[in-house]
Amino acid sequence: MIEQIFFYIFAIIAVVSAIAVVTSKSPIHSAIALIITLLQVAAIFILLRSPFLAAVQVFVYVGAVVVLFLFAVMLLDLGGEKIKEQFHQQTVLGVISSVGLFVVLLFMLSRGSLTAPTGGYTEAVLAKNTEVIGKVLFTKYIYPFEVVSLLLLVALVGAVVLVLNQKGKDGV
Amino acid sequence: MPELGLIIEVVLIFIKVYIVGMILFMLPLPLTWLERKVAGRIQVRLGPHRVGPKGLLQPFADMVKLLLKEDIIPDKADRFLFKLAPLLAMIPAFAVFVAIPVGDTFTIPGIDYVFKLYISDMNVGVLYVLAIGGLGIYGIIFGGWASNSKYSLLGGLRSAAQMISYEVALSFAAIGVVMMSNSLSLVEIVKSQGGGFWNWNLFYLPVGPVWFLIFFIASLAEINRIPFDLPEDEGTLGSGFHTEYSGMRFSFFMLAEYIAMVTISVLAVVFFFGGWMPPIDPATFGIKVPAQIMSVWGIGWFIAKVVVFIYIFMWIRFTLPRYRYDQLMTIGWKILIPVSLITVLVTGLMRIFLT
Repeated sequence: MIEQIFFYIFAIIAVVSAIAVVTSKSPIHSAIALIITLLQVAAIFILLRSPFLAAVQVFVYVGAVVVLFLFAVMLLDLGGEKIKEQFHQQTVLGVISSVGLFVVLLFMLSRGSLTAPTGGYTEAVLAKNTEVIGKVLFTKYIYPFEVVSLLLLVALVGAVVLVLNQKGKDGV
Repeated sequence: MPELGLIIEVVLIFIKVYIVGMILFMLPLPLTWLERKVAGRIQVRLGPHRVGPKGLLQPFADMVKLLLKEDIIPDKADRFLFKLAPLLAMIPAFAVFVAIPVGDTFTIPGIDYVFKLYISDMNVGVLYVLAIGGLGIYGIIFGGWASNSKYSLLGGLRSAAQMISYEVALSFAAIGVVMMSNSLSLVEIVKSQGGGFWNWNLFYLPVGPVWFLIFFIASLAEINRIPFDLPEDEGTLGSGFHTEYSGMRFSFFMLAEYIAMVTISVLAVVFFFGGWMPPIDPATFGIKVPAQIMSVWGIGWFIAKVVVFIYIFMWIRFTLPRYRYDQLMTIGWKILIPVSLITVLVTGLMRIFLT
């Protein structure tokens, strides 16, 4: 009961601030709204008995990713007026892809059930949450895990290659 | 009707939070005095000595001054963020202490009630401390941006870049500690170092000292203290992100900075110097000491170790010159991170083959 009340508090704040992310004019204010959304998601992870994911969510997303966003925003001095320019010629594509995403989401919602049965883990096992995640990640899901690592490596190398090309053009 | 025991637990948590909060609010008073006295001693001068005996009342004079100063908000500042930023810097600094253990438990004699000397023993304590501690950066970034001043903005930018760079090394150091102590809970980490100073993570040879150095350098950078205090480099940036702040709002930033220094000292003690464990445990010599006395004795050791670290931070501040920005980035990315990667490997191999 109490858990549900908390869930609704977090969920409502998360949705409201998520809307604020896309509606606010200043990119810095968007970033603040994004921080609030991510913190609410972390809180929901705690309600789901997953403190490890919650801590990682705060650590990685709030602590690092949004800081990088802010760094880019401040470095490029993105103001309100420049945000509009970023949608140039992509309005149609943007609408199509977001409507498509919603259709897929609705389809999945209509097929699945909203209340999933709890997994096979008891409260006692969940107290060692981190250990459980670690073991599952490196045994059962080792293949997807390695694929994700490879993907990240590709992105990393790609970023370096792009920067190197840029340097060559400027003659540096 | 909930049980009486539960109500007592909840009330106790509130009392503990209140006490810790009060201590943290008061702590900057003696710390500013100490910092100036240390500065005076290192620079061969007296330091504060007029207000009260040995200048002991100087922090109170400062407090009155900061409270009475006019609070200026620049015309073109983002008013909302400008007011929010000092609080954003301060709250995470306080929130970190929820997970910090000053001791294990204290059994109150007579009624046999086990009193916990920490607010919460989280099973993800290390991650919590690093994650929440890292949020203090937003105060600096937003403060710098909202001031609408080029010096403040540059200060905020530098801070963001610096923090991203050193967060990686700091997390690696935390991984090292977790590998050495085999737990993410701060209480468990301290317990794994019990029995004598040779069990401390610092003396987990050969990797312990390396981890400590990585942690120490990265955390210095993380809390923006000399030699890594580029966000408030007075030579080039006015006073960096807090150039436009005055009065009480400015003092919130200073408060956050002092508490961050305490946090880092506490973390260094918990991670590497055995927390509340005394350097030599009487139990190893077969001497039996009542558990209650050991708890109080442990708290004494904990505070003593933290004070030593705070002194070292002040000592460094008045001894070392500031790094250049490119040097800062070189240290972070080209030295600390490769060294941490190698040390992770060595620590992992040690865990596999030595235990």
